[in-house]
Amino acid sequence: MDIIGAQLVNGVSYGLLLFVITCGLALVFGILGVLNLAHGSLYMIGAYIAYSVTVNSTENFWIALIIAPIAVALLSLLIETTLLRLTYHLGHLSQVLLTFGLAYVFHDLASMVWGSNVLTVALPPSLSGTTTLFNQNFPTYRLVVIGIGLVLAAALWFIQEKTRWGAIIRAGLCDKEMISALGINIKLVLTIVFIIGGFLAGFGGVIAAPILGLYPSMEFQTLILALVVLVIGGLGSIAGTFAASILIGLVETFSKYLMPELSLFLVFGLMAVILVVKPNGLLGKKVA
Amino acid sequence: MNKNVLITLITACLLFLGACGNSAIQSTSGTNEKTESSSGGNESIKIGALLPNSGVYASLGKNLNRGMELYFEEINWEVEGKKIEIINEDSEADPQVSLRKTRKLIEQDNIDILTGTVSTAVAYAIRDEVDSKRMPFLVSHAGGNDLTRSKRSDYIWRSSFSSWQIGNSMGEWAYENVGKKIYLTAADYAFGKEVSAAFKEAYTAAGGKIAGEVYPPLENNDYSSYLTTISGSDADAVYAFFAGSDAVRFVQQYEQYGVKEKMPLIGSGWLVSEDLRASQGNASEGTLAATFWDYNLQTDENKKFVTAYEKKYGERPTLESLEGYDAARIIAEAVKSLKGDVSDSKKVVDAFSEVNFQSPRGEFKFDKETHHVIQDMYITKAKLVDGKSENEVIGTVKQVKDPGK
Repeated sequence: MDIIGAQLVNGVSYGLLLFVITCGLALVFGILGVLNLAHGSLYMIGAYIAYSVTVNSTENFWIALIIAPIAVALLSLLIETTLLRLTYHLGHLSQVLLTFGLAYVFHDLASMVWGSNVLTVALPPSLSGTTTLFNQNFPTYRLVVIGIGLVLAAALWFIQEKTRWGAIIRAGLCDKEMISALGINIKLVLTIVFIIGGFLAGFGGVIAAPILGLYPSMEFQTLILALVVLVIGGLGSIAGTFAASILIGLVETFSKYLMPELSLFLVFGLMAVILVVKPNGLLGKKVA
Repeated sequence: MNKNVLITLITACLLFLGACGNSAIQSTSGTNEKTESSSGGNESIKIGALLPNSGVYASLGKNLNRGMELYFEEINWEVEGKKIEIINEDSEADPQVSLRKTRKLIEQDNIDILTGTVSTAVAYAIRDEVDSKRMPFLVSHAGGNDLTRSKRSDYIWRSSFSSWQIGNSMGEWAYENVGKKIYLTAADYAFGKEVSAAFKEAYTAAGGKIAGEVYPPLENNDYSSYLTTISGSDADAVYAFFAGSDAVRFVQQYEQYGVKEKMPLIGSGWLVSEDLRASQGNASEGTLAATFWDYNLQTDENKKFVTAYEKKYGERPTLESLEGYDAARIIAEAVKSLKGDVSDSKKVVDAFSEVNFQSPRGEFKFDKETHHVIQDMYITKAKLVDGKSENEVIGTVKQVKDPGK
């Protein structure tokens, strides 16, 4: 029984880590309709900045948690205003190509700045202990990640559903022209949403770095995982992304435990089944 | 006004393109001249180095190259009055690309000896090309067993290691010194499977029992689920094969999940290699590993190598640096015994087979039958010295010889 409980904690923790990584991508795709393939790169830059900030002192992790997301948000501002904005009227394909190109540029820049060695971000002593649950030692940080994921999900849901800002954003998703006719600067709204997406990607990078580590091509691996979560969860739905993250976390953890040979296949198999049964994802809205 | 700006821009672009094009043309004509003069005069020994300079294996390729350059520099890039010239090609760790570049090295650059390949898949892909062109090929890293077994060639010699040597050497030692029951885990790819199979064979032959086996995918993010399973088993110890970023995550999570307190971790040198231990931090402490060279090997040859390497590059050599250094030495020794005449490739590989010297890793010699190195394997243990993890050699398995089948 203990082992099931322990695996449950593993699954939920991994799932919420996925949510922290993916929510920025889901937000941008849901609201801007832009599939940001550079999301993984923004995540990577957040992680590398966290590495640079903490390399001399682990206590700087808290500083990294503020600096890295802000730096990535500023980078997103630059990308949105100078490049991405020009492609809004060109359709999905150009946005995909643009962000994919950016991903390669960032990949090379990162290897020039930070090299190609495997790096890790060390945690401050207050987070690096272990906690015993179900007769099993867990790194305390894994449990902290559960907390962070839940708080982040609640905050995003609250902002989107219960505030005026959220209402504007949701309205923008439905009809961009109508909302600008109502006197709202839709360009500004789109820029802000993209910046928030970048902020969340950078934040995810810092949170995930101590667990997943930093290494060349990390961003593409992360991007694939994030896309799977996005597809299963459905577009434009924070709740869907949340549900999909937890589902994948649990499926992956338990398949590794019960039938390790199939674990890779099962996650993608699950995605295929959901695409057939519910093409819009678990909780997705209909998209034209 | 706008039109003028546009015209200026276009002109600037054209000029820029023109400049680039010119320099490209010039540089190609430059290399053409070079190949002509050297193939005509035949004054230099040309070594083709097929190593990855990009992608996941880039750092391994870089260290192999640095090791080679260090040795050739020590002998002034000259053997028997002939200049040594290295022609680098980026294998991109891609079999298709590598085959094309091998052809280019052999046909256009007229190399005399080929060395390199980090990836075993690349070595397998170019095997037939090398064999049919009778190109002496000194394998300086790729460790897949079959390269000196079913895919053996008269022209292919391997100075690095085979998966079997890595796994086998730990088997008996682990049974006698670590525990009678072991949990086996390895990354799910050819090399990981070969190493763990060789370990399992030697360990069970010694009398050990396998408590369980699990093979996580390559580049796996999270080992928590596997570690919970392993922790719940009744094994005395865990044998693991992981490398690169997988090794960093596995060793760290192994400690974080408290498995280290219950079961000692054993594996191969890559689990706690020189370039990873800084990232793993104290988590690597206590890990036992089998390897054919270690930074802290206390021999005169190794101390000399380490000092020279650190002086030149300002960082510690890795296993791959040593492999490059030895490969360069083997080539130089072979050329020396041929008095600098490398025109007959059969004689070159015969000269390879006779090479014998004291390497930083210990005595170096080839098995003439399998074309694979016979070498001592070392058991290292990671210890904390001044708060930093250091490997210490605690055991030696003498003269490990790949069975060749």
